[in-house]
Amino acid sequence: MTSARPVPVPTPETAHYWEGTANRELRLQRCRACTTTYFPPQPFCPACSDDDVEVVRASGRGTVHGYVITHRAAPGFDAPYVIAVVELEEGPRLLTNLVGIEPDPDVIALDLPVEAVYEPVGDVVLPMFRPRVS
Amino acid sequence: MSVAIVGAAESAEIGTVPLSSVGLATDAARRALADCGLTPADVDGVASSGLNPYLPTIVAHALGIEARWVDATMVGGCSTLVHLGHAAAAIERGTCEVVLIAHGESGRSHLGAPNWRPGADSWQGQFELPYGTVGPMTLLTLGTLRFLRDRGLDRAALARVVVTQREWAARNPRALRRDPISVDDVLDAPIVAYPFTRPMCCVTTDAGGAVIVTSAARAADLPRPPVYVLGTGEATGAAMASQMPDLTSSDAFRRAGAAAFDAAGVGTDDIDHAMLYDATAALPLMALEDLGFVPHGESGAFVDEGHTAIGGTLPVNTSGGGLNYTHSGMYGVYALLESIRQLRGEAAAQVDGVTTSLTHAIGGMFQAAATTILSTR
Repeated sequence: MTSARPVPVPTPETAHYWEGTANRELRLQRCRACTTTYFPPQPFCPACSDDDVEVVRASGRGTVHGYVITHRAAPGFDAPYVIAVVELEEGPRLLTNLVGIEPDPDVIALDLPVEAVYEPVGDVVLPMFRPRVS
Repeated sequence: MSVAIVGAAESAEIGTVPLSSVGLATDAARRALADCGLTPADVDGVASSGLNPYLPTIVAHALGIEARWVDATMVGGCSTLVHLGHAAAAIERGTCEVVLIAHGESGRSHLGAPNWRPGADSWQGQFELPYGTVGPMTLLTLGTLRFLRDRGLDRAALARVVVTQREWAARNPRALRRDPISVDDVLDAPIVAYPFTRPMCCVTTDAGGAVIVTSAARAADLPRPPVYVLGTGEATGAAMASQMPDLTSSDAFRRAGAAAFDAAGVGTDDIDHAMLYDATAALPLMALEDLGFVPHGESGAFVDEGHTAIGGTLPVNTSGGGLNYTHSGMYGVYALLESIRQLRGEAAAQVDGVTTSLTHAIGGMFQAAATTILSTR
Protein backbone atom coordinates (compact mmCIF):
# COMPACT_ATOMS: atom_id res chain seq x y z
CA MET A 1 0.00 0.00 0.00
CA THR A 2 1.42 3.37 -0.95
CA SER A 3 0.72 6.57 0.93
CA ALA A 4 -1.35 7.85 -2.01
CA ARG A 5 -4.13 5.42 -1.18
CA PRO A 6 -7.22 7.21 0.18
CA VAL A 7 -7.57 6.78 3.94
CA PRO A 8 -10.92 7.30 5.62
CA VAL A 9 -11.25 9.99 8.28
CA PRO A 10 -13.89 9.08 10.88
CA THR A 11 -16.54 11.49 12.12
CA PRO A 12 -18.26 11.28 15.53
CA GLU A 13 -21.08 9.33 13.88
CA THR A 14 -18.76 6.72 12.38
CA ALA A 15 -16.08 6.43 15.09
CA HIS A 16 -17.52 3.20 16.53
CA TYR A 17 -17.28 1.53 13.13
CA TRP A 18 -13.59 2.33 12.69
CA GLU A 19 -12.83 1.49 16.34
CA GLY A 20 -14.44 -1.85 15.58
CA THR A 21 -12.36 -2.60 12.51
CA ALA A 22 -9.21 -1.64 14.44
CA ASN A 23 -10.24 -4.47 16.82
CA ARG A 24 -10.96 -6.84 13.90
CA GLU A 25 -14.69 -6.48 14.38
CA LEU A 26 -17.34 -5.43 11.92
CA ARG A 27 -19.82 -3.23 13.78
CA LEU A 28 -23.27 -2.42 12.47
CA GLN A 29 -26.13 -0.63 14.20
CA ARG A 30 -29.52 -1.96 15.11
CA CYS A 31 -32.70 -0.09 15.94
CA ARG A 32 -34.35 -1.35 19.11
CA ALA A 33 -37.67 0.16 18.06
CA CYS A 34 -38.11 -1.45 14.64
CA THR A 35 -35.26 -4.07 14.70
CA THR A 36 -33.68 -2.76 11.47
CA THR A 37 -29.95 -3.46 11.24
CA TYR A 38 -28.28 -0.77 9.16
CA PHE A 39 -25.19 0.65 7.49
CA PRO A 40 -23.67 3.26 6.97
CA PRO A 41 -23.33 4.40 10.58
CA GLN A 42 -25.59 7.15 11.93
CA PRO A 43 -27.00 7.87 15.38
CA PHE A 44 -30.66 7.28 14.51
CA CYS A 45 -32.57 4.67 12.55
CA PRO A 46 -32.80 5.31 8.77
CA ALA A 47 -36.01 3.25 8.63
CA CYS A 48 -38.05 4.78 11.48
CA SER A 49 -35.94 7.73 12.73
CA ASP A 50 -35.91 6.36 16.30
CA ASP A 51 -32.92 7.37 18.44
CA ASP A 52 -32.92 4.09 20.37
CA VAL A 53 -30.17 2.35 18.44
CA GLU A 54 -27.37 0.04 19.54
CA VAL A 55 -24.04 -0.99 18.08
CA VAL A 56 -23.96 -4.69 17.23
CA ARG A 57 -21.10 -6.94 16.16
CA ALA A 58 -21.66 -8.53 12.77
CA SER A 59 -20.54 -12.07 12.00
CA GLY A 60 -18.32 -10.86 9.17
CA ARG A 61 -19.91 -13.41 6.87
CA GLY A 62 -21.70 -12.53 3.69
CA THR A 63 -22.01 -13.13 -0.03
CA VAL A 64 -20.80 -11.34 -3.15
CA HIS A 65 -23.82 -9.38 -4.33
CA GLY A 66 -22.13 -7.55 -7.20
CA TYR A 67 -18.66 -6.66 -8.42
CA VAL A 68 -16.46 -5.21 -11.11
CA ILE A 69 -12.85 -6.00 -11.89
CA THR A 70 -11.25 -2.67 -12.57
CA HIS A 71 -8.33 -2.51 -14.96
CA ARG A 72 -7.81 1.18 -14.23
CA ALA A 73 -6.14 1.71 -10.91
CA ALA A 74 -6.91 4.37 -8.35
CA PRO A 75 -3.84 6.01 -6.73
CA GLY A 76 -2.09 3.50 -4.49
CA PHE A 77 -3.66 0.45 -6.16
CA ASP A 78 -2.33 -2.10 -8.64
CA ALA A 79 -4.85 -3.14 -11.31
CA PRO A 80 -6.62 -5.39 -11.86
CA TYR A 81 -8.46 -5.59 -8.56
CA VAL A 82 -11.98 -6.42 -7.47
CA ILE A 83 -14.42 -3.83 -6.16
CA ALA A 84 -17.41 -5.65 -4.74
CA VAL A 85 -20.68 -5.15 -2.91
CA VAL A 86 -20.97 -7.74 -0.16
CA GLU A 87 -24.32 -8.55 1.40
CA LEU A 88 -23.78 -9.33 5.07
CA GLU A 89 -25.67 -12.07 6.90
CA GLU A 90 -27.31 -9.34 8.99
CA GLY A 91 -28.76 -7.71 5.85
CA PRO A 92 -26.81 -4.53 5.10
CA ARG A 93 -24.48 -4.36 2.12
CA LEU A 94 -21.18 -2.59 1.90
CA LEU A 95 -18.63 -1.78 -0.75
CA THR A 96 -15.30 -3.52 -0.32
CA ASN A 97 -12.45 -5.29 -2.06
CA LEU A 98 -12.28 -9.03 -2.60
CA VAL A 99 -8.87 -10.41 -1.64
CA GLY A 100 -7.40 -13.89 -1.72
CA ILE A 101 -9.09 -14.68 -5.02
CA GLU A 102 -8.02 -14.29 -8.64
CA PRO A 103 -9.50 -11.19 -10.31
CA ASP A 104 -11.16 -13.45 -12.85
CA PRO A 105 -14.89 -13.48 -13.68
CA ASP A 106 -14.76 -17.24 -14.19
CA VAL A 107 -13.64 -17.62 -10.57
CA ILE A 108 -15.78 -15.00 -8.84
CA ALA A 109 -19.38 -16.19 -8.86
CA LEU A 110 -22.24 -13.97 -7.77
CA ASP A 111 -23.45 -15.03 -4.30
CA LEU A 112 -20.01 -16.50 -3.48
CA PRO A 113 -19.77 -16.90 0.32
CA VAL A 114 -17.12 -14.58 1.77
CA GLU A 115 -15.81 -13.55 5.16
CA ALA A 116 -14.21 -10.40 6.48
CA VAL A 117 -10.48 -9.89 6.79
CA TYR A 118 -8.90 -6.75 8.15
CA GLU A 119 -6.30 -4.75 6.25
CA PRO A 120 -4.47 -1.80 7.84
CA VAL A 121 -4.29 1.25 5.58
CA GLY A 122 -2.69 4.33 7.08
CA ASP A 123 -4.16 4.96 10.53
CA VAL A 124 -7.25 2.82 10.01
CA VAL A 125 -8.15 -0.80 9.33
CA LEU A 126 -10.36 -1.57 6.35
CA PRO A 127 -12.67 -4.56 6.27
CA MET A 128 -12.16 -6.58 3.11
CA PHE A 129 -13.53 -9.97 2.13
CA ARG A 130 -12.09 -13.30 1.02
CA PRO A 131 -13.73 -16.56 -0.02
CA ARG A 132 -15.16 -18.18 3.09
CA VAL A 133 -13.00 -20.98 4.40
CA SER A 134 -15.00 -21.87 7.51
CA MET B 1 -48.99 23.67 -22.16
CA SER B 2 -48.02 26.82 -20.41
CA VAL B 3 -44.21 26.69 -20.54
CA ALA B 4 -41.90 26.20 -23.50
CA ILE B 5 -38.24 25.93 -24.40
CA VAL B 6 -37.64 28.69 -26.93
CA GLY B 7 -33.87 28.76 -27.26
CA ALA B 8 -31.35 25.94 -27.22
CA ALA B 9 -27.68 25.56 -28.06
CA GLU B 10 -24.50 23.67 -27.36
CA SER B 11 -21.12 25.33 -27.10
CA ALA B 12 -19.74 26.11 -30.56
CA GLU B 13 -17.18 23.37 -30.13
CA ILE B 14 -17.29 20.10 -28.23
CA GLY B 15 -14.45 17.66 -27.70
CA THR B 16 -11.21 19.41 -26.74
CA VAL B 17 -12.08 23.08 -26.27
CA PRO B 18 -9.82 25.90 -24.98
CA LEU B 19 -12.44 27.25 -22.57
CA SER B 20 -13.00 26.86 -18.84
CA SER B 21 -16.10 25.18 -17.45
CA VAL B 22 -17.68 28.61 -16.92
CA GLY B 23 -16.58 29.67 -20.40
CA LEU B 24 -18.29 26.64 -21.93
CA ALA B 25 -21.50 27.42 -20.00
CA THR B 26 -21.53 31.09 -21.06
CA ASP B 27 -20.66 30.21 -24.67
CA ALA B 28 -23.68 27.91 -24.81
CA ALA B 29 -25.82 30.49 -22.98
CA ARG B 30 -25.03 33.28 -25.46
CA ARG B 31 -25.73 30.96 -28.37
CA ALA B 32 -29.05 29.86 -26.84
CA LEU B 33 -30.05 33.51 -26.41
CA ALA B 34 -29.09 34.26 -30.02
CA ASP B 35 -31.08 31.21 -31.10
CA CYS B 36 -34.30 32.79 -29.82
CA GLY B 37 -33.48 36.45 -30.44
CA LEU B 38 -33.35 37.40 -26.76
CA THR B 39 -30.62 39.22 -24.84
CA PRO B 40 -29.37 38.92 -21.26
CA ALA B 41 -31.61 41.88 -20.39
CA ASP B 42 -34.64 39.71 -21.13
CA VAL B 43 -33.54 37.01 -18.68
CA ASP B 44 -34.73 37.20 -15.07
CA GLY B 45 -34.00 33.67 -13.88
CA VAL B 46 -30.78 31.67 -13.93
CA ALA B 47 -30.03 28.04 -13.20
CA SER B 48 -26.73 26.27 -13.44
CA SER B 49 -24.87 23.54 -11.63
CA GLY B 50 -21.45 22.03 -11.42
CA LEU B 51 -18.81 21.37 -8.84
CA ASN B 52 -18.74 25.10 -8.04
CA PRO B 53 -21.98 25.64 -6.10
CA TYR B 54 -22.02 29.35 -6.96
CA LEU B 55 -22.09 28.71 -10.70
CA PRO B 56 -25.42 30.42 -11.44
CA THR B 57 -24.18 33.65 -9.90
CA ILE B 58 -21.02 33.49 -12.01
CA VAL B 59 -23.01 32.85 -15.18
CA ALA B 60 -25.38 35.71 -14.32
CA HIS B 61 -22.52 38.09 -13.57
CA ALA B 62 -20.63 37.17 -16.73
CA LEU B 63 -23.68 37.85 -18.89
CA GLY B 64 -24.90 40.91 -17.00
CA ILE B 65 -28.12 39.22 -15.90
CA GLU B 66 -29.95 40.54 -12.85
CA ALA B 67 -31.81 37.44 -11.76
CA ARG B 68 -34.80 37.39 -9.42
CA TRP B 69 -34.93 33.60 -9.45
CA VAL B 70 -31.95 31.30 -9.05
CA ASP B 71 -31.46 27.53 -8.93
CA ALA B 72 -28.12 25.91 -8.15
CA THR B 73 -29.53 22.45 -7.52
CA MET B 74 -26.62 20.06 -7.96
CA VAL B 75 -27.53 16.40 -8.13
CA GLY B 76 -25.12 15.34 -10.85
CA GLY B 77 -25.85 14.78 -14.51
CA CYS B 78 -29.63 15.11 -14.24
CA SER B 79 -29.37 18.60 -12.72
CA THR B 80 -30.28 20.40 -15.95
CA LEU B 81 -33.52 18.40 -16.15
CA VAL B 82 -34.23 19.19 -12.51
CA HIS B 83 -33.65 22.89 -13.25
CA LEU B 84 -36.11 22.67 -16.14
CA GLY B 85 -38.83 21.33 -13.86
CA HIS B 86 -38.14 24.00 -11.26
CA ALA B 87 -38.03 26.73 -13.92
CA ALA B 88 -41.34 25.65 -15.41
CA ALA B 89 -42.94 25.82 -11.96
CA ALA B 90 -41.43 29.26 -11.30
CA ILE B 91 -42.66 30.60 -14.64
CA GLU B 92 -46.15 29.19 -14.09
CA ARG B 93 -46.15 30.77 -10.63
CA GLY B 94 -45.09 34.12 -12.06
CA THR B 95 -41.89 34.29 -10.03
CA CYS B 96 -39.92 34.97 -13.19
CA GLU B 97 -40.55 35.14 -16.91
CA VAL B 98 -37.46 34.06 -18.85
CA VAL B 99 -35.05 31.50 -17.44
CA LEU B 100 -31.58 30.66 -18.68
CA ILE B 101 -30.41 27.15 -17.78
CA ALA B 102 -26.73 26.80 -18.63
CA HIS B 103 -24.18 24.09 -18.06
CA GLY B 104 -20.55 23.76 -19.04
CA GLU B 105 -17.81 21.40 -18.06
CA SER B 106 -14.21 21.08 -19.08
CA GLY B 107 -14.43 17.35 -18.53
CA ARG B 108 -11.49 16.43 -20.73
CA SER B 109 -9.13 19.41 -20.42
CA HIS B 110 -9.97 20.25 -16.78
CA LEU B 111 -9.76 24.00 -17.36
CA GLY B 112 -11.32 25.94 -14.50
CA ALA B 113 -12.84 22.69 -13.35
CA PRO B 114 -13.07 22.07 -9.59
CA ASN B 115 -11.97 18.74 -8.14
CA TRP B 116 -14.84 16.26 -7.82
CA ARG B 117 -13.22 14.16 -5.08
CA PRO B 118 -15.35 13.84 -1.92
CA GLY B 119 -13.68 14.55 1.43
CA ALA B 120 -12.03 11.70 3.32
CA ASP B 121 -14.59 12.21 6.11
CA SER B 122 -17.63 12.00 3.82
CA TRP B 123 -19.60 8.79 3.37
CA GLN B 124 -17.93 8.20 0.01
CA GLY B 125 -14.54 9.10 1.45
CA GLN B 126 -14.93 6.60 4.27
CA PHE B 127 -16.84 3.75 2.67
CA GLU B 128 -16.09 3.76 -1.08
CA LEU B 129 -12.93 5.66 -2.09
CA PRO B 130 -10.64 3.61 0.22
CA TYR B 131 -11.47 0.58 -1.92
CA GLY B 132 -10.05 2.13 -5.07
CA THR B 133 -13.22 3.23 -6.80
CA VAL B 134 -12.40 5.07 -10.03
CA GLY B 135 -15.51 7.13 -10.64
CA PRO B 136 -18.56 6.06 -12.64
CA MET B 137 -16.99 3.05 -14.33
CA THR B 138 -16.53 1.32 -10.97
CA LEU B 139 -19.74 2.52 -9.29
CA LEU B 140 -22.49 2.69 -11.94
CA THR B 141 -21.36 -0.78 -12.90
CA LEU B 142 -21.53 -2.64 -9.57
CA GLY B 143 -24.88 -4.27 -10.29
CA THR B 144 -24.46 -4.99 -13.99
CA LEU B 145 -23.33 -8.62 -13.72
CA ARG B 146 -26.36 -9.31 -11.52
CA PHE B 147 -28.62 -7.38 -13.91
CA LEU B 148 -27.44 -9.53 -16.81
CA ARG B 149 -27.73 -12.80 -14.86
CA ASP B 150 -31.18 -12.02 -13.49
CA ARG B 151 -32.48 -11.29 -16.99
CA GLY B 152 -30.82 -14.21 -18.73
CA LEU B 153 -28.50 -11.91 -20.71
CA ASP B 154 -24.77 -11.84 -21.27
CA ARG B 155 -22.25 -9.11 -22.09
CA ALA B 156 -23.34 -9.15 -25.74
CA ALA B 157 -26.47 -7.30 -24.58
CA LEU B 158 -24.24 -4.40 -23.55
CA ALA B 159 -22.35 -4.62 -26.84
CA ARG B 160 -25.57 -4.43 -28.84
CA VAL B 161 -26.43 -1.14 -27.14
CA VAL B 162 -23.07 0.21 -28.30
CA VAL B 163 -23.47 -1.08 -31.86
CA THR B 164 -26.98 0.38 -32.18
CA GLN B 165 -25.97 3.77 -30.88
CA ARG B 166 -22.84 3.82 -33.04
CA GLU B 167 -25.12 3.54 -36.07
CA TRP B 168 -26.87 6.71 -34.92
CA ALA B 169 -23.51 8.38 -34.25
CA ALA B 170 -22.34 7.63 -37.78
CA ARG B 171 -25.01 10.07 -38.96
CA ASN B 172 -23.87 12.81 -36.59
CA PRO B 173 -20.80 14.75 -37.80
CA ARG B 174 -20.20 16.15 -34.28
CA ALA B 175 -20.01 12.73 -32.66
CA LEU B 176 -16.59 11.70 -31.38
CA ARG B 177 -16.93 7.97 -32.04
CA ARG B 178 -18.45 7.42 -35.49
CA ASP B 179 -16.74 4.37 -36.97
CA PRO B 180 -18.90 1.28 -37.43
CA ILE B 181 -18.35 -1.32 -34.74
CA SER B 182 -19.46 -4.95 -34.32
CA VAL B 183 -20.56 -6.83 -31.23
CA ASP B 184 -17.28 -8.77 -31.32
CA ASP B 185 -15.29 -5.53 -31.65
CA VAL B 186 -16.99 -4.21 -28.53
CA LEU B 187 -16.48 -7.43 -26.56
CA ASP B 188 -12.84 -7.73 -27.63
CA ALA B 189 -11.93 -4.12 -26.80
CA PRO B 190 -9.75 -3.36 -23.76
CA ILE B 191 -11.48 -3.88 -20.44
CA VAL B 192 -12.09 -0.79 -18.32
CA ALA B 193 -13.91 -2.50 -15.47
CA TYR B 194 -15.19 -6.00 -16.19
CA PRO B 195 -17.80 -6.58 -17.58
CA PHE B 196 -17.31 -3.22 -19.33
CA THR B 197 -14.95 -2.63 -22.24
CA ARG B 198 -13.93 0.80 -23.47
CA PRO B 199 -16.70 1.27 -26.09
CA MET B 200 -19.27 0.40 -23.39
CA CYS B 201 -18.10 3.47 -21.43
CA CYS B 202 -18.82 7.04 -22.44
CA VAL B 203 -16.46 9.44 -24.16
CA THR B 204 -14.97 12.27 -22.11
CA THR B 205 -15.24 15.73 -23.60
CA ASP B 206 -15.32 19.44 -22.96
CA ALA B 207 -18.77 20.82 -23.75
CA GLY B 208 -21.50 23.23 -22.74
CA GLY B 209 -25.23 23.41 -23.28
CA ALA B 210 -28.01 25.86 -22.53
CA VAL B 211 -31.73 26.36 -22.95
CA ILE B 212 -34.03 29.38 -22.61
CA VAL B 213 -37.42 28.73 -21.02
CA THR B 214 -40.43 31.04 -20.91
CA SER B 215 -44.21 31.07 -20.95
CA ALA B 216 -46.08 29.60 -23.90
CA ALA B 217 -47.64 33.01 -24.42
CA ARG B 218 -44.27 34.69 -24.79
CA ALA B 219 -42.99 31.77 -26.88
CA ALA B 220 -45.57 32.58 -29.52
CA ASP B 221 -43.76 35.86 -30.27
CA LEU B 222 -40.31 34.27 -30.63
CA PRO B 223 -38.72 32.94 -33.83
CA ARG B 224 -38.09 29.27 -33.08
CA PRO B 225 -40.77 26.56 -32.91
CA PRO B 226 -41.70 26.21 -29.23
CA VAL B 227 -40.89 22.95 -27.51
CA TYR B 228 -43.49 22.58 -24.78
CA VAL B 229 -42.71 21.11 -21.37
CA LEU B 230 -45.41 18.48 -20.95
CA GLY B 231 -44.16 17.02 -17.70
CA THR B 232 -41.13 16.65 -15.48
CA GLY B 233 -40.18 14.38 -12.62
CA GLU B 234 -37.28 14.21 -10.22
CA ALA B 235 -36.25 11.81 -7.47
CA THR B 236 -33.47 11.09 -5.03
CA GLY B 237 -31.90 7.66 -4.77
CA ALA B 238 -29.43 5.99 -2.43
CA ALA B 239 -26.58 8.32 -1.45
CA MET B 240 -24.04 5.65 -2.41
CA ALA B 241 -24.35 3.21 -5.31
CA SER B 242 -23.46 0.33 -3.01
CA GLN B 243 -26.49 1.16 -0.84
CA MET B 244 -29.14 0.92 -3.58
CA PRO B 245 -32.01 -1.29 -2.41
CA ASP B 246 -31.74 -3.17 -5.73
CA LEU B 247 -28.49 -2.99 -7.67
CA THR B 248 -30.26 -3.99 -10.89
CA SER B 249 -33.00 -1.34 -10.89
CA SER B 250 -33.00 2.29 -9.81
CA ASP B 251 -35.85 3.41 -7.60
CA ALA B 252 -34.92 6.99 -8.55
CA PHE B 253 -35.38 6.13 -12.24
CA ARG B 254 -38.76 4.56 -11.52
CA ARG B 255 -40.07 7.43 -9.42
CA ALA B 256 -38.77 10.23 -11.66
CA GLY B 257 -40.19 8.51 -14.74
CA ALA B 258 -43.58 7.85 -13.16
CA ALA B 259 -43.80 11.46 -11.98
CA ALA B 260 -43.04 12.80 -15.46
CA PHE B 261 -45.59 10.54 -17.17
CA ASP B 262 -48.16 11.48 -14.55
CA ALA B 263 -47.51 15.22 -14.94
CA ALA B 264 -47.56 14.99 -18.74
CA GLY B 265 -50.71 12.87 -18.84
CA VAL B 266 -49.19 10.56 -21.45
CA GLY B 267 -47.98 6.98 -21.48
CA THR B 268 -45.00 5.16 -22.94
CA ASP B 269 -46.91 4.51 -26.19
CA ASP B 270 -47.11 8.27 -26.73
CA ILE B 271 -43.32 8.67 -26.77
CA ASP B 272 -41.84 8.91 -30.29
CA HIS B 273 -38.21 9.31 -29.29
CA ALA B 274 -36.16 8.91 -26.14
CA MET B 275 -32.82 10.04 -24.81
CA LEU B 276 -31.71 7.70 -22.03
CA TYR B 277 -28.57 8.88 -20.24
CA ASP B 278 -25.80 6.47 -21.13
CA ALA B 279 -22.63 6.96 -19.14
CA THR B 280 -22.37 3.20 -19.63
CA ALA B 281 -24.08 0.80 -22.04
CA ALA B 282 -26.05 -0.72 -19.15
CA LEU B 283 -27.94 2.45 -18.22
CA PRO B 284 -30.26 2.56 -21.27
CA LEU B 285 -31.26 -1.06 -20.58
CA MET B 286 -32.10 -0.19 -16.97
CA ALA B 287 -33.98 2.93 -18.05
CA LEU B 288 -36.06 1.06 -20.64
CA GLU B 289 -37.27 -1.22 -17.85
CA ASP B 290 -37.46 1.28 -15.00
CA LEU B 291 -39.42 3.83 -17.07
CA GLY B 292 -41.85 1.14 -18.19
CA PHE B 293 -41.06 1.05 -21.92
CA VAL B 294 -40.62 -2.71 -21.59
CA PRO B 295 -41.50 -5.21 -18.85
CA HIS B 296 -38.83 -6.28 -16.36
CA GLY B 297 -36.21 -8.38 -18.11
CA GLU B 298 -37.08 -7.51 -21.69
CA SER B 299 -34.74 -4.57 -22.35
CA GLY B 300 -32.05 -6.73 -23.95
CA ALA B 301 -34.47 -8.28 -26.42
CA PHE B 302 -35.98 -4.86 -27.17
CA VAL B 303 -32.57 -3.55 -28.28
CA ASP B 304 -31.68 -6.80 -30.03
CA GLU B 305 -34.90 -6.63 -32.07
CA GLY B 306 -33.94 -3.18 -33.34
CA HIS B 307 -36.64 -1.14 -31.62
CA THR B 308 -34.14 1.52 -30.48
CA ALA B 309 -32.23 1.55 -33.78
CA ILE B 310 -32.62 3.53 -36.99
CA GLY B 311 -36.11 2.72 -38.27
CA GLY B 312 -37.17 1.29 -34.90
CA THR B 313 -40.36 1.89 -32.97
CA LEU B 314 -38.58 3.88 -30.23
CA PRO B 315 -35.41 5.55 -31.51
CA VAL B 316 -33.08 5.95 -28.52
CA ASN B 317 -29.97 8.10 -28.10
CA THR B 318 -30.08 9.37 -31.66
CA SER B 319 -27.11 11.71 -31.26
CA GLY B 320 -24.96 8.66 -30.56
CA GLY B 321 -25.37 9.32 -26.85
CA GLY B 322 -22.76 9.74 -24.18
CA LEU B 323 -21.14 6.56 -25.46
CA ASN B 324 -20.32 8.14 -28.83
CA TYR B 325 -21.34 11.78 -29.09
CA THR B 326 -20.27 13.85 -26.11
CA HIS B 327 -20.09 13.51 -22.33
CA SER B 328 -18.44 16.22 -20.28
CA GLY B 329 -19.22 14.61 -16.91
CA MET B 330 -22.78 15.79 -16.36
CA TYR B 331 -24.47 14.69 -19.57
CA GLY B 332 -28.14 15.59 -18.98
CA VAL B 333 -28.15 18.86 -20.90
CA TYR B 334 -26.82 17.18 -24.06
CA ALA B 335 -29.54 14.54 -23.90
CA LEU B 336 -32.14 17.29 -23.46
CA LEU B 337 -30.72 19.24 -26.40
CA GLU B 338 -30.99 16.22 -28.71
CA SER B 339 -34.64 15.80 -27.69
CA ILE B 340 -35.18 19.46 -28.57
CA ARG B 341 -33.42 19.08 -31.94
CA GLN B 342 -35.56 16.06 -32.79
CA LEU B 343 -38.74 17.96 -31.88
CA ARG B 344 -37.63 20.94 -33.97
CA GLY B 345 -36.77 18.64 -36.86
CA GLU B 346 -33.15 19.76 -36.99
CA ALA B 347 -31.23 16.76 -35.62
CA ALA B 348 -28.26 15.35 -37.51
CA ALA B 349 -29.93 11.93 -37.47
CA GLN B 350 -33.48 13.23 -37.71
CA VAL B 351 -36.32 10.81 -37.01
CA ASP B 352 -39.48 11.42 -39.01
CA GLY B 353 -42.52 12.71 -37.19
CA VAL B 354 -41.24 13.20 -33.65
CA THR B 355 -43.91 15.09 -31.71
CA THR B 356 -43.17 13.82 -28.19
CA SER B 357 -39.74 13.07 -26.79
CA LEU B 358 -38.65 11.77 -23.40
CA THR B 359 -35.32 12.67 -21.82
CA HIS B 360 -34.14 10.69 -18.83
CA ALA B 361 -31.01 11.36 -16.81
CA ILE B 362 -29.19 9.87 -13.87
CA GLY B 363 -27.58 12.02 -11.19
CA GLY B 364 -24.33 10.98 -9.57
CA MET B 365 -23.98 7.26 -8.96
CA PHE B 366 -27.77 6.61 -8.96
CA GLN B 367 -28.10 9.29 -6.27
CA ALA B 368 -30.80 11.08 -8.23
CA ALA B 369 -32.71 10.98 -11.49
CA ALA B 370 -34.90 13.24 -13.55
CA THR B 371 -37.22 12.71 -16.49
CA THR B 372 -38.62 15.29 -18.89
CA ILE B 373 -41.35 14.86 -21.49
CA LEU B 374 -41.33 17.49 -24.23
CA SER B 375 -43.68 17.98 -27.16
CA THR B 376 -44.31 20.12 -30.22
CA ARG B 377 -47.92 20.47 -29.08
